[in-house]
Amino acid sequence: MNDTSIWITIIALGIGTFLIRFSFLGLLGGRDLPDWLTRHLRYVPVAVLPGLVAPLVVWPDATGGSADLARSLAALAALAIGALTRSMLGAIFGGMAVLYSVQYFM
Amino acid sequence: MGCAYWQGFRAGLPFVLVVAPFGLLFGVVATEAGLDIVQTMVMTVLVIAGASQFAAVQLLSDNAPTFVVILTGLAVNMRMAMYSASLTPHLGKAGLGKRALVAYFLVDQSYAVSVAEYAKTPARPLPEKLAFFFGSVSPIAPLWYGFTYIGAVAGKAIPPEYALDFAVPITFIAIVAPALRSLPQISAAFVSVAVALSLAWLPYNSGLIVAALLAMITGAAIEKRLEQAHE
Repeated sequence: MNDTSIWITIIALGIGTFLIRFSFLGLLGGRDLPDWLTRHLRYVPVAVLPGLVAPLVVWPDATGGSADLARSLAALAALAIGALTRSMLGAIFGGMAVLYSVQYFM
Repeated sequence: MGCAYWQGFRAGLPFVLVVAPFGLLFGVVATEAGLDIVQTMVMTVLVIAGASQFAAVQLLSDNAPTFVVILTGLAVNMRMAMYSASLTPHLGKAGLGKRALVAYFLVDQSYAVSVAEYAKTPARPLPEKLAFFFGSVSPIAPLWYGFTYIGAVAGKAIPPEYALDFAVPITFIAIVAPALRSLPQISAAFVSVAVALSLAWLPYNSGLIVAALLAMITGAAIEKRLEQAHE
């Protein structure tokens, strides 16, 4: 990772994100998105983030890429707390609490 | 109009509890990943979209190619095209500068409270609707910048035994878990995980892009099936 690629990422992500937000408000006026497209866009967060996370949980960098009990349990705890309570912060704190507790007792 | 602004401000206020720790965490994680404070702050101010910033920083520290980092970050933000479309009937007649400013501040929280308010009072005049929107983002955006800065400065002081490497995966799980309410959502998440893991050997993290596309198609297809079954 070098400085140039960090800066390119920051600027491209900044401009691209603005254009996504500006798209309809700015350019397309009152036209509606076609149904099939909104139907797919609805699933973007649950389509991208789990796939990004899964390898980080199964093969964490910090352990040299081998699965780790504390991290697996922490991930499961965050998933369960988030799904049951619908609280994002609860899931973050709960997950990290499980991670620290398991690491402490092992 | 001042009244609409403060109404929006009050509606946005509870999100302070989410945005402050989230910003703090981003500052910590970004500096841990190797961004300096200037880079962290420019990213937070330019992008102002937490989930995509976490995704970009994670992929940068994995040494993913730049185009994959950008593509993934933008994919996470594609939902905002929907936000933009659904606010257009309410705010589309505002001047270009104001619409650009609305676009910049169009985050999950300001969108959620504003669209709910416009649904309740659709006949409100445009200036009041704009005032409500900017009110709702007023307690959120400055805190996002400020707490990112605090996190970036404090992050260097946090020792490795706190296992902050794992704060990013935990944060993503925490963002997604509350959304797993229906069969299509759960199926999409499952496909995303299964494909991403089985294609992890592909170069340039490109397996993630394939996984995301297949997961979106799965979610949309199941949603359509369920709707047809109801008719």
